[in-house]
Amino acid sequence: MAYSEKVIDHYQNPKNVGTLDKSKSNVGTGLVGAPECGDVMRLQIEVDETTGVIKDAKFKTFGCGSAIASSSLATEWLKGKSIDEAITIDNMTIVEELNLPPVKIHCSVLAEDAIKAAINDYRKKNGLEELKFDESVVH
Amino acid sequence: MLQFPIYLDHNATTPCDPRVVEAMIPYFTNNFGNAASRNHPFGWQAEEAVDYAREQVAKLIGADSKEIIFTSGATEGDNLAIKGVFEMYASKGNHIITCNIEHKAVLDTCKHIEKEGGEVIYLKVKPNGLVDLAELEAAIKPNTILIALMYANNEIGTVMPMQEISAIAKKHGVLVFSDATQAVGKIPVDVNKDGIDLMAFTAHKMYGPKGVGALYVRRKNPRVKVTAQIDGGGHERGMRSGTLNVPGIVGFGKACEICRNEMEEETKRVVKLRDKLENALLQIEESYLNGDKEYRLPHVTNISFKYVEGEGLMMGFNKNIAVSSGSACTSASLEPSYVLKALGLGDDLAHSSLRFGLGRFTTEEQIDYTIEQVTNTVNKLREMSPLWEMYKEGIDLNTIEWAHH
Repeated sequence: MAYSEKVIDHYQNPKNVGTLDKSKSNVGTGLVGAPECGDVMRLQIEVDETTGVIKDAKFKTFGCGSAIASSSLATEWLKGKSIDEAITIDNMTIVEELNLPPVKIHCSVLAEDAIKAAINDYRKKNGLEELKFDESVVH
Repeated sequence: MLQFPIYLDHNATTPCDPRVVEAMIPYFTNNFGNAASRNHPFGWQAEEAVDYAREQVAKLIGADSKEIIFTSGATEGDNLAIKGVFEMYASKGNHIITCNIEHKAVLDTCKHIEKEGGEVIYLKVKPNGLVDLAELEAAIKPNTILIALMYANNEIGTVMPMQEISAIAKKHGVLVFSDATQAVGKIPVDVNKDGIDLMAFTAHKMYGPKGVGALYVRRKNPRVKVTAQIDGGGHERGMRSGTLNVPGIVGFGKACEICRNEMEEETKRVVKLRDKLENALLQIEESYLNGDKEYRLPHVTNISFKYVEGEGLMMGFNKNIAVSSGSACTSASLEPSYVLKALGLGDDLAHSSLRFGLGRFTTEEQIDYTIEQVTNTVNKLREMSPLWEMYKEGIDLNTIEWAHH
């Protein structure tokens, strides 16, 4: 199975690899997946508290090339979005953008889960109720 | 000049040796006869070529040429041996002993046997990948008819103590079958010294063509018989019908001859390269060798690079270097290697493994390049790995509640 150009590009030149200070109240961290499953994603957002806009996003991922690409792409899309906009990022748009084959859809689902987890972490830290999401597709 | 891609997946398959191809070519065109045609020169020529190849194959494993049944490959050999013994020796018993790191061709055949009313015990290997001999002996019952254990494992290259295994089997009057696909041609295998009664192997793992293999079936002490699984013209002494693949068999014979003549020198050369690769890669922090270091094939090493996922790792260099991984992502099942898990490795380490299989045409330059590429990619991916960061911060990953999917 050959990877798409876009996956290869994100793998070779990942965007926004790194770590934000998770002790800061305006940083939300989402850690999803499990080492046993072969995929762990950590996605972080830093929110501008006056505008509610995500001013920075970072990730680190343990996983295959598609998982790395999905999280790299997610951080790119998150930057500059408001929290409300960020919530609407759907895994299928990641699949389309990266041309992921069916066996790799779970990588995009994981990225979507990581976004949601990061947003909820941010909300929790700031005394907001955590959002409920529908169960994501089985992967 | 280094040419790409570099092939380090010789446990999957090997290229045909040019000398093998050369030997085969006339049997596609001029000498195309059917070895079963008894009444004209075309048939005689083909039969003669098959007889000669049968000798070459037999010689490599210390057998008599009459004990070689040509098959389409090791999967067929595994099926014929296990199902054939199960049916032939039904009056003696229905119990088979095997182990949990066998190739799927053996495991799935055993599952089939269970559906047919057979009883199979799957011994758990020790963390080094070898069976516990005391456990093996304890598993033998009055109705045990067969011990089926692989000579060498395809993922980690560990070599089973066949002589000790067959000694136990003899003591209890049980037949020994070995899937020796990975071992024959790579290390000295002698069916008499090793006490093996049936043995499957294949040409394409030893620089021969794909689609041809052999099942060794002992003819004396004891005389072993198997029930045919493919019926037809009664070829191969009635044990395997079907027109013989003459060019394939000729190539198989040639491949066996080359292995026999060159094994000693080749092993010396390859083991040096393997050790160089392995030693360099084990210098990487948190990298682990999988399987026994001593009892194993000379050309394989299987290493886990903790906190890096195998498929992601391969992607760093797989345009230029062909290896294989025990990672789930490489298979359709999403389950990591059952062989590595059987050694007691956690799923995380199984996901982080790479198998390097060196071969006849591997050069030192290729190994140097591989060391550099793998090391760089591991380092790069660890910079990107949340698990590596946690490990470096001293966080015990086992204490984290992971969201399982």
